[in-house]
Amino acid sequence: MGFFDKLKEGLAKTRKGFIGKVEAIFTGKKIDDLTLEELEETLIMSDVGTKATAEIVEFLREKAKKGEIRNSDTVREFLKQEMAALLGSSQPLVITGERPFVILTVGVNGVGKTTTIGKLAGRFVSEGKSVLLAAGDTFRAAAIEQLEIWAKRADAQIVKHQSGSDPAAVAFDAIEAARSRNTDVVIIDTAGRLHTKSPLMEELKKMRRVIDKSLPGAPHETLLVVDATTGQNALRQAEIFHEAVEVTGIALTKLDGTAKGGIVFAIRKELRIPIRLIGVGEGIEDLRDFDSKEFVEALFS
Amino acid sequence: MLEALSEKLESIFKKLRSRGILTEEDIDAALKEVRLALLEADVNFRVVKDFIQSIKAKSVGKEVLESLTPGQQVIKIVNGELCELLGGTGAKIHLSPNPPTVIMMVGLHGSGKTTTSAKLARLFKKEGRRPLLVASDLQRPAAIDQLTTLGKQLDVPVFSSKEIKDPVALCDGAVRKARLEAQDIVILDTAGRLHIDEGLMKELKDIKARVNPKETLFVADAMTGQDAVNIAKNFNEQVGVDGIILTKMDGDARGGAALSIRAITGKPIKFIGTGEKIEMLEPFHPDRIASRILGMGDVLSFIEQAEKAYDRKEAEKLQEKILGESFTFEDLKEQLKKIRSMGPLENLLSMIPGIGKVKNVSVDEKEFVKIEAVINSMTKAERGNYSLINGSRRRRIAAGSGTTVTDVNRVIKQYVEMKKMLKMFKGKKGMRMPKTLPF
Repeated sequence: MGFFDKLKEGLAKTRKGFIGKVEAIFTGKKIDDLTLEELEETLIMSDVGTKATAEIVEFLREKAKKGEIRNSDTVREFLKQEMAALLGSSQPLVITGERPFVILTVGVNGVGKTTTIGKLAGRFVSEGKSVLLAAGDTFRAAAIEQLEIWAKRADAQIVKHQSGSDPAAVAFDAIEAARSRNTDVVIIDTAGRLHTKSPLMEELKKMRRVIDKSLPGAPHETLLVVDATTGQNALRQAEIFHEAVEVTGIALTKLDGTAKGGIVFAIRKELRIPIRLIGVGEGIEDLRDFDSKEFVEALFS
Repeated sequence: MLEALSEKLESIFKKLRSRGILTEEDIDAALKEVRLALLEADVNFRVVKDFIQSIKAKSVGKEVLESLTPGQQVIKIVNGELCELLGGTGAKIHLSPNPPTVIMMVGLHGSGKTTTSAKLARLFKKEGRRPLLVASDLQRPAAIDQLTTLGKQLDVPVFSSKEIKDPVALCDGAVRKARLEAQDIVILDTAGRLHIDEGLMKELKDIKARVNPKETLFVADAMTGQDAVNIAKNFNEQVGVDGIILTKMDGDARGGAALSIRAITGKPIKFIGTGEKIEMLEPFHPDRIASRILGMGDVLSFIEQAEKAYDRKEAEKLQEKILGESFTFEDLKEQLKKIRSMGPLENLLSMIPGIGKVKNVSVDEKEFVKIEAVINSMTKAERGNYSLINGSRRRRIAAGSGTTVTDVNRVIKQYVEMKKMLKMFKGKKGMRMPKTLPF
């Protein structure tokens, strides 16, 4: 199954709720306060958030007033445009000339960091690149073992220390090893941490400093992994992680469920961080480039 | 936890409180804000709708509008409704009359099932029971290792098998083994799964049919958004859920999912996970959480934590000391130790009314270490009588504790201020909490 189909399939469940409702709202109806209220409900139920929803609804109200929107088709086109514009142009994760290209992966607990790293490693290896994983989650029980299994699956190398050791040291060693082995890509795993735990965020900052010291300019990508099931708190997560380690991209996981991941609109808008990747399943091939046009298209088709 | 929502509601209600007379429009305006706050807290859209309607119906009655304190009345109604929505009083885990009691943990990926399983096992072990953890997550890489490691930490046996590939057979085997070995609690840690994955949902039904668990607990992430309703509904309808555990409540998610899940399933929230450490699982008290949402602070939880750290005799002794003005550095050190043993300070502070609304209360725990180090470097005589500590002694203490003279001066100053404040308590009837903590 191709990417588009899989994404569509995943989003079809979303769509049933989403666009089906939008259509039902507008077909054969005049756009009035009641229909806009229904639209508000639909957007909020997709975790788009009260602020972004209010903006969209307001904009729509204006358009309707001017008579630019009349039937459900123009509404659909309008919403598509509006939401794609919110997401901005697609900016997939590209490995630049840096060698090794260092990716730091961060996020709260249970969002799917390790799985995303495994899939990402699988992708790079299949592109003929050499990949080294750094087992930087030294806190959670068996996190190192979990990454080891993914390294084996993806045919990547791994650098690990004892459980409980300093994650910054793991990152340092991994970059040193990658340099001496001339490896193309280093992906650093970190322990999941709630953004509210300041000592843990300090630890992350230290990791970043150490990485930059061992290879100036690194990490070249700092990927924040966000669970699509998360509500408005995802924006707080993005804000605080961004403040701490300068997030350069978002990986949105678990899009194969019924959650709509609507919070990415707010993240993109408030923080200007591009969404790079989406996770649509548990297989090694279920990590896709995020393409805002396709994403919105699939959402509305 | 949940501060942001309480902040919002507090400011709304402040407006209401300050008015003597409320009109229906006033209430509408306030409820509009309550609605937005709840939506921003991720409470499901439809749940919010019902909630607001029900409050409105109760608020616009004559007895409220014509009462002397209409604002207070509305707050009371909101609080009461919130409590009702969250469920009556805290529910317990039911034990089976014929052991073992089988508990099945279910939920999405990454909701925290494995960690919570271990936390539950610890609670049961503390009660003197003999729990068995069952590693039936055969999907996620190293899930078995994770549970095995946690089991070792807790000294609780873990049932796992590299040969059995079928979770149904594995769970069945585990329960049989528990029966033979007189383990009276069996906790099944199942694999995370999507609520729309028919195959995997059937697997849960099959496990349930085979081992007949007394409790099926749905583990949900407190940060979940609007979809919480869908997820909980599916798990409940397909597998049947007896209770809910909310995890990651130590973050700053406003926790609206709690309201949604509870409203949609009608099942009680039994526990909340409040940290990564294995002892951080607390019984859920709806009344307390509702108060916390409304910014009234969770005083009961605070007192409970304090009771764990202090025993009555010690408290009496301390009081005597304070009243007798013999509060020494030694006592201060003891106090700090006690406070720190009550858990992360930020958690504690969020329970105290009023402090929740101070934005970004971040407590530097290192400061405590410093104070302790300074006190440790004092001689016994110095600890008893601070006036002995002259310049050269201060330098010595700084060198000994790895701090600076400025640090030592500050500790002494804080101690003196604290002593002064304690003296003030003596003059008054009964003890009162100081407005700001002296350190």
